[in-house]
Amino acid sequence: MAKQAQTTAGRAITFAQAINEALAEEMRRDPKVFILGEDVAEAGTPFKVLSGLVKEFGKERVIDSPISEAGIAGICVGAAMTGMRPVVDIMFGDFATLVMDQMVNQAAKTHYMSGGKLTVPMVMRTTLGATRRSAAQHSQSLHAWFSHIPGLKVVLPATPYDAKGLLKTAIRDDNPVVFFEDKMMYQQKGVVPAQDYTIPFGVADVKRAGKDITLVATSSMVEVSLKAAEILQASNISAEVVDVRTTVPLDKETLIASAQKTTRALVVDEGYERYGVTAEIASVIADGAFYYLDAPVKRMGAMDVPVPFSPVLEDQTVPTPESVAETARKLCGKM
Amino acid sequence: MVDSDKLLRFYRQMLKIRLFEEQVNQLYLGAKMPGLAHLYIGQEAVAVGVCEALRADDYITSTHRGHGHCLAKGAAIDKMFAELLGKADGYCRGKGGSMHIADQERGNLGANAIVGGSAGIATGAALSAKMRGTDQVAVCFFGEGALGQGLLYECMNMAALWKLPVIYLCENNMYNEYTHYSETTAGTIEGRAQAFGIPTETIEGQDVELVYRTASKLIERARKSDGPSFLLCNTYRFHGHHVGDIDRAYYRPKKEEEEWKERRDPVKLLADKLVRSEIVDRQFLAGTESEIAGEIKSGADFALNAPYPDATEVDQDVYA
Ligand SMILES: Cc1ncc(C[n+]2csc(CCOP(=O)(O)OP(=O)(O)O)c2C)c(N)n1
Repeated sequence: MAKQAQTTAGRAITFAQAINEALAEEMRRDPKVFILGEDVAEAGTPFKVLSGLVKEFGKERVIDSPISEAGIAGICVGAAMTGMRPVVDIMFGDFATLVMDQMVNQAAKTHYMSGGKLTVPMVMRTTLGATRRSAAQHSQSLHAWFSHIPGLKVVLPATPYDAKGLLKTAIRDDNPVVFFEDKMMYQQKGVVPAQDYTIPFGVADVKRAGKDITLVATSSMVEVSLKAAEILQASNISAEVVDVRTTVPLDKETLIASAQKTTRALVVDEGYERYGVTAEIASVIADGAFYYLDAPVKRMGAMDVPVPFSPVLEDQTVPTPESVAETARKLCGKM
Repeated sequence: MVDSDKLLRFYRQMLKIRLFEEQVNQLYLGAKMPGLAHLYIGQEAVAVGVCEALRADDYITSTHRGHGHCLAKGAAIDKMFAELLGKADGYCRGKGGSMHIADQERGNLGANAIVGGSAGIATGAALSAKMRGTDQVAVCFFGEGALGQGLLYECMNMAALWKLPVIYLCENNMYNEYTHYSETTAGTIEGRAQAFGIPTETIEGQDVELVYRTASKLIERARKSDGPSFLLCNTYRFHGHHVGDIDRAYYRPKKEEEEWKERRDPVKLLADKLVRSEIVDRQFLAGTESEIAGEIKSGADFALNAPYPDATEVDQDVYA
């Protein structure tokens, strides 16, 4: 399990550095890998995630683009179809709206429509997450949209270790992969091996073992769920936290096995709750663990409102350790 | 010629924006404002020159760098500050913040945090004015970075085809965030509009009188149903891309910043002209400045003391 690997070899680096390192290593390994996006070169993106890459790889492989999301996504589809392995940087996940045709109607369908002849080995890196006081057009978590589309894979790393290993897998995958990074996580540190390693898609990670309830979480909500588990510990509830890591492919077996063991499940995710990935995951668990469950599967997502600017409003819209713990406690009949 | 009363009014409006933005920066530095803001300092002559040429019932759409457009169109200082601080008395009841201020009563259809995102809205407002048989005009403000967005070209094409009363107002401050526009813009800026047969003008955006005269001409043209136009104003933002963008020498030479501030500061240029033409003296201008500074201070104080929205407002107004 990931936990063990983390402690064997490595040093503490930030989530942003882990992403940077994965890209640098893959670009060294494979000259076909290149980066295209807005302010990716000297600026290294507004979040400084790509700092220094242009120094090593030059402007031919770390390419600053105009503010043309649809164009750069489309160009990456075409470059990927013809032998390159592009990584397109879409600064805010909210701009997914602008790249949708290229990702959904072009990238996702090309392999299938061509009878398996053409491939689109590209990665779209983008961000998710609220609570940065950035208001409705810079705060959304839209990974459910991509998870809905056959032909796309969707990755949601929750730790620096997972970020590096999963990004390497994404770059080596022969399919279009959408890779979401939580903006609030960039400065968080974790132990990451300095050498090469990959983490396979479709393998969930038990981030904390427990026996009374399973908290299934994605991305930003993994940390929230781990903190909720701490709170629950104090009321003698032992929570298991399972990080799905990829919504497509989804590791159904691990989720179902955990729910069968604990007999209760709560799914937590930062996308809008309505029609969100929590609904899919909850239904997988309800189906697979039905005869073992002591309570209906519950889910928590972002409130179904455009993300408000005012802190007093915004803070209510995302699950918190306290709200997750409270819902979990109710599920366990302890309140 | 623009008469002296008007010039004085331009001066007040520009200074209001300048001092407002300086106060915003202070609120940010003092950790009193949530999030970030993109200051309009340096570009005041564009918003003021254009909005002074508009009627109250004409429309504008704005950008992430929108405080100047809002104030120039007549927004109230106190409600602007309140919005920036996420307070209930703000223009959007605290739901929008710096990048989303809209002021329906004055035809401001909203700032926009999606670069180029308002091209459709402005063009649609122009179509609506035409369909409703009014002679209202719409001005679409955008930075040169928005030239990268395909939506703009789809809309300009339709505006030209249907002779819509819209003015595409490109403020070229030379930088798309942290990248010089020459690295992101092929060909000429004007050529893009000209390809659709849209007439263009290119002017010095630091000269408020020139902006006003040129905008007036294009607005009259649109009002008479002669169709859209494209006005390119060359300008400069004196501060960083946003309030947190302090170390910027890697993308923008310090010398360039200093030259603009020294020689092409629109507020200073107008002050000099007012004094040179003996419309007013320096003492008068100093009086105007302290008067406006007082308005800014009381506006900021109002916002600082205003209540936050009630927690229950969070799910109100999702639907009409
Ligand atoms: C569609 C979209 N892409 C990227 C961004 C991020 N972004 C915000 S402002 C900006 C630069 C805009 O430059 P310009 O339009 O010239 O306006 P300026 O900031 O210079 O006033 C970028 C890239 C965005 N808000 N929207």
